Amino acid sequence: MRKIRSVIAAIIFVASGGIAVADGSGDPAALKQNETGEWLDKDGNPTYRINGDTVDWYTYSGYRRYHSDCHVCHGPDGMGSTYAPALKDSLKTMSYADFLGTVASGRKNISTAAENVMPAFGDNPNVACYMDDLYVYLRARSNDAWGRARPGKHEDKNEAYTKNEDSCMGKK
Amino acid sequence: MRKVLLATFLGSAAALAVGSASANDELIKMSQNPKDWVMPTGDYSNNRYSKLNQINAQNVNKLQVAWTFSTGVLRGHEGGPLIIGNMMYVHTPFPNKVYAIDLSQENKIVWKYEPKQDPNVIPVMCCDTVNRGLAYGDGKIFLHQADTTLVALDANTGQVAWTAKNGDASKGETGTSAPMVIKDKVLIGISGGEFGVQAHMSAYDIKTGKLAWRGYSEGPDDQILVDDKTTALGKPIGRDSSLKTWQGDQWKIGGGATWGWISYDPELNLVYYGSGNPSTWNPKQRPGDNKWSMTIWARNPDTGVAKWVYQMTPHDEWDYDGVNEMILSDQSINGQARKLLTHFDRNGLGYTLDRATGELLVAEKYDPKVNWTSGVDMDKNSATYGRPKVLDAASTDKAGEDHNVKGICPAALGTKDEQPAAYSPDTQLFYVPTNHVCMDYEPFKVSYTAGQPYVGATLSMYPPQGDTNMGNFIAWDGKTGKIVWSNKEQFSVWSGALATAGGVVFYGTLEGYLKAVDAKTGKELYKFKTPSGIIGNVTTYENAGKQYVAVLSGVGGWAGIGLAAGLTDPNAGLGAVGGYAALSNYTALGGTLTVFSLPSN
Repeated sequence: MRKIRSVIAAIIFVASGGIAVADGSGDPAALKQNETGEWLDKDGNPTYRINGDTVDWYTYSGYRRYHSDCHVCHGPDGMGSTYAPALKDSLKTMSYADFLGTVASGRKNISTAAENVMPAFGDNPNVACYMDDLYVYLRARSNDAWGRARPGKHEDKNEAYTKNEDSCMGKK
Repeated sequence: MRKVLLATFLGSAAALAVGSASANDELIKMSQNPKDWVMPTGDYSNNRYSKLNQINAQNVNKLQVAWTFSTGVLRGHEGGPLIIGNMMYVHTPFPNKVYAIDLSQENKIVWKYEPKQDPNVIPVMCCDTVNRGLAYGDGKIFLHQADTTLVALDANTGQVAWTAKNGDASKGETGTSAPMVIKDKVLIGISGGEFGVQAHMSAYDIKTGKLAWRGYSEGPDDQILVDDKTTALGKPIGRDSSLKTWQGDQWKIGGGATWGWISYDPELNLVYYGSGNPSTWNPKQRPGDNKWSMTIWARNPDTGVAKWVYQMTPHDEWDYDGVNEMILSDQSINGQARKLLTHFDRNGLGYTLDRATGELLVAEKYDPKVNWTSGVDMDKNSATYGRPKVLDAASTDKAGEDHNVKGICPAALGTKDEQPAAYSPDTQLFYVPTNHVCMDYEPFKVSYTAGQPYVGATLSMYPPQGDTNMGNFIAWDGKTGKIVWSNKEQFSVWSGALATAGGVVFYGTLEGYLKAVDAKTGKELYKFKTPSGIIGNVTTYENAGKQYVAVLSGVGGWAGIGLAAGLTDPNAGLGAVGGYAALSNYTALGGTLTVFSLPSN
């Protein structure tokens, strides 16, 4: 089954000019942009838009936020560590909704062999205000649309994004 | 076992006779017996040096595995076991098990302790659920659990004698460091620098577990325990020395964690340790020198009052925690006998001070790639005496929020982290496990929520330009501040070193090798690959006439998090080779104690 799927995926890959390999939220192709500069896929889920070495604002912002609050457990570039799983791989099967739920509420995996606990970040504005940014960056990593590097050129953050950010972070 | 009982009996008798100093006298005596390893640091001087010489530079190549022991825990294993007579005490990361093993009964487990702890403490432990080990004193074994419970266990039975709560895990305060028994008190630090805790060193009564004193790293004078006699670089620090260097009440979430090793000079009656980074990692958000984060502390163990302090990195801009161990030695500088304190800081400078007065004698780079500073001002008449000169190109404060400063060496891991160095009085050299990693650092604004990470900077790490090694193991002359020899290691060396009278120095590597090198030349004499990467400290002891070398393997800690997948290659696409190699290609999780000895015949 897996083999058939990957063959189909390969065909789609070729047919569509090398963009779409499905992840946990389906086809990541960016179709439209909302007023905060966030790109959305056909189902309305946040996604990345990368042109050569230029990334959208969310991918860039997500990179920065990931390498502050997430990498201390999940390792650099979503690659995983001795301590926590590789989110680059997790997003291959995890949907946008599941991602939001896990980051907000945390997760426990405790058995005789493993004691993995992820905290709930719902009350932490440094994470909670940037859920979509993190998701978009990791979705790009998961689909190999962005590699193990800091994004260089990027779209700028716009006024609507800044306004949302300030109100979420409690800034005046 | 008998020896423990005897020692306990003698200790109690002494207590009845002379009062309160029994555990101290007992421990000083016990730590002078090279057959035992009675403190996490080997001795009060933190020398990690053993007089045992059965294993020496000539025969170490014949070393064999004598026995092994699985701890049953997968996380990163820092620290090492205690050995007292026929008993060995082995600790683990969370859930913080303790095993008492009888070396005279084919290493049978005599007792085991496993606390019940709320697993919600796991994710507030920045960088893995490590624990750096146990302390012994007054017939008890002391453990600082992840949830900050300090527990005293009867060394013979494992029964809990008392417990004390040292912090609040729901605020991000956690326990990772090893306690130290000094006189009639148990000293313990606290972790949580990435969670905005107001960190402290605390002393508990060895008999009852009652808090005797607590000295914070920042705050009002009555909280940081200083008085009008407390000095910095020979001058009184004056009133409100800490409060003046913070904006508003930021000191209340100021960090300055104290999770490193503790040393003690019984003659001077001073305890030494370092305080860590100020919270947050965004320097713009906390203007001022942020005293006394990043500081070497010399405190009176009876009262907690500081005799002297020295802040190494005022207003930190890179997460260069000052927690690394203070190694005490007596050497001559310029023909004058000095009581010295040597410290290899995360900031890449090796410091030598007079430990009686806090006078700064040497401050030199112990990795030539260190590039954030041009050095420390050593001119006693200068207004900036004792301060490092920060170079603009590496200043994340100068660049400001949302600006990425590239190519800063060392990385936030430091040129050395908690992995303790060793000192051999035979060679008068320090043997230092080091990291050889640089970084990009971009600070940005964060808000504080109790119990949540309070970081405020984006980091990426990579080896220094042109180099393919991420670590070095060096020999250092603390009198002159010079590297005597340096061995490259593919990965950061994250294992505590051991020097011996046999002229051999031992350390572990992240791939999992236990290595023995010649103390004079650094020449590699022996290596053996243990089941997992080594972030533990090498220990030696003698039992039934035979010398053993023991080390915990079990990859993890910050090293395991940062290096498991390999470092980020700034020139992406060149492939994960050399300095970017993934540790996960060399080793996997698993806690094991491996014990070595020479063949019997």
